[in-house]
Amino acid sequence: MAAIIEIDRLSKQYGSGTKALDDVSLTIDEGEIIALLGPNGAGKTTLISVICGLVVPTGGTVRVGGHDIRRDWRAARKLIGLVPQEIALPPFESVMNCVRFTRGLYGMAPDDAYLERILRALALWDKRDAATRELSGGMKRRVLIAKALSHRPKVLFLDEPTAGVDVALRREMWEVVGDLRREGVTIILTTHYLEEAEEMADRVGVINRGQLLLVRPTAELMGEFGRKTLIIDLDEALNAVPASLMGRGLELSADGRSLRFDYDTRADRTGIARLLGDLAGQGISVRDVSTRQSSLEEVFLSLVSEEAA
Amino acid sequence: MTGINWRGVGAIFHVEMMRFFRTIWQSLASPVLSTVLYFVVFGAAIGGRIQSVEGVEYGAFIVPGLMMLTVLQQSVSNASFGIYFPKFSGTIYEYLVSPVGWIEVTLGFVGAAAVKAILIALVILLTSFAFVGVHILHPFWMLAFLTLSALGFSLLGFIIGLWAKSFEQLQIVPMMVIMPLVFLGGAFYSASMLPPFWEGVAKLNPVLYLISGVRWSFFGLADVPVGTSLTAVALMVVVCLGIIRWIFATGWRLRE
Repeated sequence: MAAIIEIDRLSKQYGSGTKALDDVSLTIDEGEIIALLGPNGAGKTTLISVICGLVVPTGGTVRVGGHDIRRDWRAARKLIGLVPQEIALPPFESVMNCVRFTRGLYGMAPDDAYLERILRALALWDKRDAATRELSGGMKRRVLIAKALSHRPKVLFLDEPTAGVDVALRREMWEVVGDLRREGVTIILTTHYLEEAEEMADRVGVINRGQLLLVRPTAELMGEFGRKTLIIDLDEALNAVPASLMGRGLELSADGRSLRFDYDTRADRTGIARLLGDLAGQGISVRDVSTRQSSLEEVFLSLVSEEAA
Repeated sequence: MTGINWRGVGAIFHVEMMRFFRTIWQSLASPVLSTVLYFVVFGAAIGGRIQSVEGVEYGAFIVPGLMMLTVLQQSVSNASFGIYFPKFSGTIYEYLVSPVGWIEVTLGFVGAAAVKAILIALVILLTSFAFVGVHILHPFWMLAFLTLSALGFSLLGFIIGLWAKSFEQLQIVPMMVIMPLVFLGGAFYSASMLPPFWEGVAKLNPVLYLISGVRWSFFGLADVPVGTSLTAVALMVVVCLGIIRWIFATGWRLRE
C-alpha cells in the first residue's frame, strides 16, 4: 500500500512554552484505519488539527497524498475530510443545505444523488429538510460525518466521533466506519473508548505529552503487551489460598469458588502448568478453566505508566 | 496559489444571500422605515426652512446621503456578522480546513454583504421617489460609487468581524465610529455650508469623500473633486484587502 500521510518530525509549541507535539513522525498507508489513543491533553487533537490546517506547526512537515500541507495546501486539503470533536453546525440551515455547502467549499460540482446516498447511509435522509437545531446530538454528529464525506475525501479524520453518544449509536457509527473502510477511505480516529480502537483500527498509536510513544498493529500490540488472566473454577469452595501456593499472585474470589491468576503472555514460562499441577497435588479439584485477555485500556495504561516511570 | 476556487466562493456567497432572503422583510423594513423618518424629519420639518442647497431642493439633496448612510451601515453590519457568526458557533473550522483561502472567503462574505447593501440602497432610492423628485445626472457613476463604497465598508466590516471576540465588540465600531462619520460626513448638508475652519476639519473625514462622490453623480455638485473621492474609496479597498490578507496569512484570531 502507498503512503497517503507522511508526518516527519512534526512539532507544535505554543507561546506559553507548552509543547503540544514533540518530534512526531508517522506514516499512514492508503486504506488503513489508525486509532490515536492518549489521555486528555496528550496531543491527539493537535496532531489532527495541524494536518487539517487548523493549527500552524512550529516544526516538521506533513504530506497528504504527496502534497505538502503548507506549500500545496489546496491539493492536500481536497483529500481530507474532518469530523471535529465539538458539534458545530449552522443552526438555521437544513441538513441537505449544510452538506451541499461543504461540497461547494471543496470546489466540487453539485451532486445531489451522491449526497442522497450519504444521507441514506447515515440514516439522515428523512431529516434532510430539518434545520440542524432540531436534531438530536447523535443526528448532529452524523450530519458532521455527512459533511466530511460530501466531497469524497481519501482521508477522513474522526476526532472522538462517538463521544457522548449512546451505545446503540456508537455501534451504528462503527458500521459506518466499516463501510468507509470497504470503500478504501483512510481513517484516522481519536477516541477515549478504547474498545472502539480495538474493534476498528488496523493500527494503534499511543500519544502522551505530545510524543508518539508507539504505533503498532492492534493485534500485535494486544499480543505483545496484553496480559491474560486465568480463571480457575473449583469444585469445592476454599476458605483461603493454601499456604503452599502463597506468593504466586493467586487471588481467591469472595465466595471461595474460583481463583484468578494473572500471567504474561510474553513470558517463556507462564506458570500455568505448574500451578494446575500444584493444585492437583493439594487435592484441590478443578471444575473449569477460562482465560480473559486484558483490554486495550489496560495495555494503554501500562504503556503510559511505563513511560512516566 | 493554483487559481481561485470559484465554487467555494459561490457556496459562501449563496449561503449568505439565502440568509438575507430568509429574512427579506426584516432586512428591508428597518432601513425603509428609517428613511421615511429621515424624510419626515429632515425633509419636511427642516427642509421647510431650507428651501434649497446650491440650487437643489433640500429633500432631494439628502437622498444621496441617506443612501450612503444605508450602504455604510448595512455593509459593515452584514459583513461583520457574516464572518463573526461562524466564529461564534464554531463552524469557522470548515473555512479553515477546506481548500478556500483568504481570497475565496473574502469574495464570498464581502461580495454578499456588498450586494445586500446595494440592494437596500436601491430600495431607499425607490422610497425617496415617493417623497421628492430626484433626477440622477450620472447613473453609471452613482452605481460605481455605491459599489465601491459598499465594497470598502464591507471589507471594513469583515475585518471587524474577524477582530471581534464578542457581540459587544461587533456593535461598538459601527455605533461609535461609522455613525458619527456618516453624520459628520455631509449626509444632510454640504461641507461648503460650514465655516472655513470646520470645512477643513470635515475634509479629514473619509466618509465625506464618498458622500460627495455620490452626490456629484446625482446633481453634479461635490464638496471635493470627484477624482479625489474615487481615489479615497479605492485606497480604502486596497488597505482593507491588505489587512485581511495579513490576518489570514498569520492566522490572527483564526488559527492557533
